Amino acid sequence: MTSELVAPAAASTRSRRGRGSTLTRGSGLGLGIAVTWFSILVLIPLALVVVQAVGGGWSVFADTLTNSQTWDALVLTVVEALLVTAVNVVMGTVIAWVLVRDRFPGKRILEVVIDIPFALPTIVAGLVLLSLYGPDSPLGIDVSNTRAAVFLALLFVTLPFVVRTVEPVLIELDPEVEEAAASLGASRATTLRRVVLPALAPAITAGAALSFARGISEYGSLVLLSGNLPHRTEVASVRILTYIENDKPEQAAAVAVLLLVVALAAIVSLQLVSRWVARRG
Amino acid sequence: MARYSAPPVTTGTWVRRVLVVGYLFLLVVWPVALVVSTTFDNGLGNLSDAFSDPDVVYALQLTVYAAFWAVVINTVFGVGISLLLVRYEFPGRRTLSALIDLPLSVSPVVVGLAILLAYGGENGFFGPALTGIGLQVAYAPLGIILATAFVSLPLVIRELVPVLEEIGVEQEQAATSLGANAWQTFRRITLPSIKWALLYGVVLSLARSLGEFGAVKIVSGNVASQTQTATLVVEQKYQDFEQGTAYATSFLLALIAVAALVVVTILRPKEDHDGD
Repeated sequence: MTSELVAPAAASTRSRRGRGSTLTRGSGLGLGIAVTWFSILVLIPLALVVVQAVGGGWSVFADTLTNSQTWDALVLTVVEALLVTAVNVVMGTVIAWVLVRDRFPGKRILEVVIDIPFALPTIVAGLVLLSLYGPDSPLGIDVSNTRAAVFLALLFVTLPFVVRTVEPVLIELDPEVEEAAASLGASRATTLRRVVLPALAPAITAGAALSFARGISEYGSLVLLSGNLPHRTEVASVRILTYIENDKPEQAAAVAVLLLVVALAAIVSLQLVSRWVARRG
Repeated sequence: MARYSAPPVTTGTWVRRVLVVGYLFLLVVWPVALVVSTTFDNGLGNLSDAFSDPDVVYALQLTVYAAFWAVVINTVFGVGISLLLVRYEFPGRRTLSALIDLPLSVSPVVVGLAILLAYGGENGFFGPALTGIGLQVAYAPLGIILATAFVSLPLVIRELVPVLEEIGVEQEQAATSLGANAWQTFRRITLPSIKWALLYGVVLSLARSLGEFGAVKIVSGNVASQTQTATLVVEQKYQDFEQGTAYATSFLLALIAVAALVVVTILRPKEDHDGD
């Protein structure tokens, strides 16, 4: 989200100052310190993950992928993240719609409720879900140690993404355009399909990409809830952790890099879908 | 949206209301409420059990200590880099501003792996050199601070950059032309106009830092009363069937998270009026 906020500023700064560097000696020193710190903390460690994975060569990737436990974990992770993202696309858009267009007492409380999954520590999120959907469930629904638990945990932690990306766009979207479409004889469904949906598509896509990326990398909320049963409820993050604990950093790094590739592929394909929907509008 | 007359309330409106409220109730409100009621199901017993458990008390102290330093580091770094990104032009600026967001999209487990690969005592890239000068990063509080600083790094910057762009440079230039030095300009002109955004960013960083689990689990070694943080204690106590203590510690963490959220919600309307 920040990158979108930063992009227009980059253009305006450039036109104001012209090309090249405007750094003074002091700010240049500050930049040097900041970039060094950022490299020490983030860039070098992350680069080492890629180096570790690639350094082992194709054989490590092949070995890691042909490990049936790892393969099952990767498939489960991707499938569950896709399912959760699909639910978020629908429910997130409906929630954003109600928050923006509807008015009723207590709506502001809903705004806070939406952000709770962001604010809660992930391990607490797992415990929270376990209290309603675990062995002592007052509803009599016990999903702990099943694949439904993975689904539920991902649904919880990714709740805010689509809502929070669609909301601002919906606020900007002028209801008069919809009224105009309606007055020209368009049905409610046609207005939604031809006017509202194309306008919201980029935001929904951005939210879906964030939700999917978070879904495939989730760990904390699953620990207490899913039981981490091999071949059943074990996700990719848990495989990475197991590889680290067994002192196999190459395999851990290989799974990490695979997840990164999957996330990038998802973001690119969602962009394509978004463009297609926007063009049809 | 307040400018338009309220849309007519139709059957569809009610269907959507019930759907949204029911969904959020079942997914968030009821489960969170249950954690609160389970914590207090024997009065204050669970909380006093938790506070009389030295492992829990140690973990809470360690968590606050690590979160404090991570937030201090991220605040200083965040203010500095936000000013550099918005106020200056230099080669690679766009790349840097894109890379800053990286920590938010990396799995906590991968963050842990990355820090071990760089700073692990024996096999880490910098590990042996740091051990040589007597610094232990992995399986020590320093590693916990690094992991925490990593995951919460972009939060202050994400709040500051849009506000700095919004306020522009005119006032700062005026101050400079009147003879103020860089520090005076920052303290008298820039800081007052970014203070709410800064506070917002700090609160978000603090909440994120107190709640980090995955990265810290890998980097810290998770040894009770040595490198075990509050979130790790929740896991351990739950698995040791000390559910009361697990719930009480979770309640404390959730309380801090929700308090942070409420502070942020109160501060937010100063920046964007959504007409509500």
